[in-house]
Amino acid sequence: MLMRKAALAGAITLMTGTLLSSAAFAECGIENGRVSIIGNEFPAIQTVGAGAAECASDTVEVKSNLTADHQKLNVAGMSGDPAEYTTAIIANSSIVALLNEDLIRPLDDLVAEHGDGLSQNQLITINGKVMAVAFMANAQHLVYRKDILDQIGAEPPKTYEEMLEIAQKIRDEGILQNPVGGAYAAGWNLAQEFNNMFLGFGGEFFKPGTAEPNVNSEAGVKALEMMKALSAYMNPDFLTHDSNATNAEFRAGNVALMNMWGSRAATLTSADGVPQEVVDGFAIAGPMTVGGGDTAASTLWWDGWTVSKNISDEDAEATFIAMKNAIDPSIVQDPEVALQAVWLLEGYEPTPAATGVFAAANMKTIPYPTFPYMGLMHTALGAELTDFMQGKESAEQALKDVEAAYTAAAKEKGFL
Amino acid sequence: MAAAAQRKPVSLKVASLVFIVIWLMVAAFPFFWTLWGSFKVELDFFSIADWTNALTGDLTKETYGRPFTGAGYYGAWVQEEFWRAALNTFIVCFFVVVTSLTIGTLGGYALSRSGHNYVFWLLIAALIFRAMPPITLVSGYLPPFFQWNLWGYLPTAIIVLVAINQPFTLWMLHSFFQKIPKDLDESAKVDGCTQFQAFRFVIIPVMWPGVITTGLFSFLLAYNDFAVTAMLLNEQNRTMVPKIAAFLGTTYTEGNVMFAVAAVVSATVPLFLLVMVFQRQIVSGLTAGAVKG
Amino acid sequence: MKHRTFFWFFLPTALAMLIFIAAPIVSVVMQSLFVPHEAVLIETENCGPFGCTTSIVIDQEATEQLREERPLGRFAGLEIYFDRGHLAVAEIGEAWQTSESIGEFLGELGDLPFYRAMAFTLSYTFIVTPLLIILGFVIALAVNSLNRRIKGLVIFFSLLPMIVTPLIGSLILFWMIDSRGIIGELIQYLAGDPDLSLKASTPLMWMALMVYGVWHSAPFAFVVFYAGLQTVPQDTLESAQIDGASRWEQVRYVILPHLMPLVTFVALIQLMDNFRVFEPIVGFNASAHATSLSWIIFNDLGGETNQLSAAATTSVLTIIGVAILLSPVLVRTWRDFRGKA
Repeated sequence: MLMRKAALAGAITLMTGTLLSSAAFAECGIENGRVSIIGNEFPAIQTVGAGAAECASDTVEVKSNLTADHQKLNVAGMSGDPAEYTTAIIANSSIVALLNEDLIRPLDDLVAEHGDGLSQNQLITINGKVMAVAFMANAQHLVYRKDILDQIGAEPPKTYEEMLEIAQKIRDEGILQNPVGGAYAAGWNLAQEFNNMFLGFGGEFFKPGTAEPNVNSEAGVKALEMMKALSAYMNPDFLTHDSNATNAEFRAGNVALMNMWGSRAATLTSADGVPQEVVDGFAIAGPMTVGGGDTAASTLWWDGWTVSKNISDEDAEATFIAMKNAIDPSIVQDPEVALQAVWLLEGYEPTPAATGVFAAANMKTIPYPTFPYMGLMHTALGAELTDFMQGKESAEQALKDVEAAYTAAAKEKGFL
Repeated sequence: MAAAAQRKPVSLKVASLVFIVIWLMVAAFPFFWTLWGSFKVELDFFSIADWTNALTGDLTKETYGRPFTGAGYYGAWVQEEFWRAALNTFIVCFFVVVTSLTIGTLGGYALSRSGHNYVFWLLIAALIFRAMPPITLVSGYLPPFFQWNLWGYLPTAIIVLVAINQPFTLWMLHSFFQKIPKDLDESAKVDGCTQFQAFRFVIIPVMWPGVITTGLFSFLLAYNDFAVTAMLLNEQNRTMVPKIAAFLGTTYTEGNVMFAVAAVVSATVPLFLLVMVFQRQIVSGLTAGAVKG
Repeated sequence: MKHRTFFWFFLPTALAMLIFIAAPIVSVVMQSLFVPHEAVLIETENCGPFGCTTSIVIDQEATEQLREERPLGRFAGLEIYFDRGHLAVAEIGEAWQTSESIGEFLGELGDLPFYRAMAFTLSYTFIVTPLLIILGFVIALAVNSLNRRIKGLVIFFSLLPMIVTPLIGSLILFWMIDSRGIIGELIQYLAGDPDLSLKASTPLMWMALMVYGVWHSAPFAFVVFYAGLQTVPQDTLESAQIDGASRWEQVRYVILPHLMPLVTFVALIQLMDNFRVFEPIVGFNASAHATSLSWIIFNDLGGETNQLSAAATTSVLTIIGVAILLSPVLVRTWRDFRGKA
């Protein structure tokens, strides 16, 4: 797919030298203006924030506020006129909130004027207009222990059904009691795992063209049943395990197979004190499919930046140039930066840790949906599926509850 | 009570001593466990493989060659510049305590010296104000604060914390002032003082115990607050608690839990000093203050 | 005190509370009565690094017009209060008609978020509050009989549960009660069940949350009661002793009545705080087993949801709940007040 093309194109990418020197000049060609960034705080975004800060000068003010609470702040912070933040770094799930409130401006004019060096697949177009520029990709995929799979003579699973078989074998051999890991913590994580499975079974979240929920379907029931089957091989506390806790289990050597975020693969075994057999056995592969389908039971994600609508043209231009400077392809020449993410930049050579995300992009994996009401569905799933996972109610009842909770929320927000 | 204590039967003395020891273990054990664990690596502190690792530090030994490491402290204080957050916390705490005590003593004193019906309703209103969940309040502040360019600065967070804490402060100081005999300021007024002069020269000198206790609770609120400081301060102005929360990481990325653990332990030290310095006032202040309810 | 003098003394604190609490409460009440306009949706083609998909966006021009006509949004009245996310009137009516037994009806009730949250919130409030008051009182009595020299240290260590940031305190305890943490192992050993896990079972998780609640708040009650003990009139106590009152009788008839106003004070504050229980639920990742009204607000405001009207409604319901909960105490305070005046 497009990403692979980007990677191939990287081999013949030019002008690395000139780009490096442009960063050194630090002026970036902005005369004056204000740049104010809001975004999450993980290392790749810190790198982008630092890159934009290089454009600061006597006449150009650059500041950033990188925090885990960015999603609670960006809407309020971009609503004023002029907006406090001139740009928000968002993912494909969180751009929706900004689109819904009409807080970001189309970038076509700025791309035409200053967009040289951005590749076509970085541009996020919505309704024919460029609304964001993506710089990194992410996906959940298989992470496994090669040594344990070798021990029982199994290949890494390509489907969730195979995963169940291998898990049973590992348990039978007495190697690990709970060989499967999963970020099934009630709330956002659990809902995300359902989304993966549901899309893998070919489900559609909404009736086509409307905001009517459609999860109480055959695909929904099958997805829940698969999750329940997997949870039998997980630590009994799985409903409290978020991705941090799941990773900790893997590091401690308690887990042999898990579906994990690509963005965390690079640092998974580099923490202090990880046992040597875990470091040696650590391996990753693409996402799995489920139920005989050919769609991966995973979702594709991008992170990118936007430009506020409620700011002057001068500030918008300054912001665009500074943010473009921040994601200049030259940054991935730094090996440490290259490890921080799966960059969507020309010249990026996928590190071994990035192969899972690349495999996901090359399979039939669906990007996380950007419906205006997807967030409501995600929240409803996170809250209402727990009873089923604990065996307190049937899959149909749980999905009925999800639809009821979603409907109440969507009515309030004016989608139904 | 000293005389009564001397007459205590031995069995009761032993029972009460045993109870205290058990309580101290329950109260302080998690803290000492954290203090001990803050010198280990994460996999020892959260010793999933075997809980005794947290005591022996096997994995710490493997990594650093000895069972203790100051890596968490180094990371938090030097690498992540936790001292900035500590500095911000002290600025916030200092001004929250001073402001909330200043306006709180004036208000609490007025409430205690007026017998009109509206005093009761003001107290009830303050109580209802306190019932409002802080997260709703904070999300309500965001749009106007951004609009007027007040968001992100320490003074904004300070004044919000003062306001949120006023109901509690008022209730405590009100009951405290009621314990101070009215004759004191009444006689000063007979001698020709205004109400404010009476307050200034007669009441202020005797009010410190109650004020210090109330101040301690204001201090704790500002020190431990997460809801307000996490949402109203920008990254540069963060106080300690949101900074610690930031060490913990998010869904997409790894945090550094040991930085957080080391930071938590460090954050307790000033509180220890504070309680030690003010312990007598804390106790006598509450006595005088809250007795009347 | 003259009205005028009172006014000037009270003005600063009143201003702070009016601007930062009363005004937001008014806007929250408004927000709970109005909901966003109906969104005009259009189908579009969205493209990105992973190719193009058909999706839906909000037609901003059409929506903008609606917004300008009525900036507050659609007037919904009490609609949000009665919807499924809150009082769920229609769902309860239906459950009442279709259920064959009270048990089934209660089961249906527990499926509705508001009532599920209330079940935990009320149990938590009414179990934790008395327990922490009793525990605080007993600690105060015991500490009071200690040697003067070690009192300071004991007081500091007794305060620790209150002064360690709840966010981190609950995180560390969350680990300690894990089935492989030190307390979890101890419980497994005591129960003789190596598979026992607090976090996998709803009743045990409730207990863990409540134990945390008592542990965290008992120091507050302790400090207040300990202070109160310093003022117990010695002559009354001594005459009780001369009359041959047993130790228990002294506590029951002299000390407790003296501390009663303090008990009211602690109960007032703690009932309110426990009704708004939130941090331990997040710290313990316990939302699969226990939710509270404050947690619902957090959930409505968080992530990509941003349901302002729903959060506002739950906030108003919280205030009403606190008012009902505290009404007995308030009536008592009113009587005291009238008595004094």
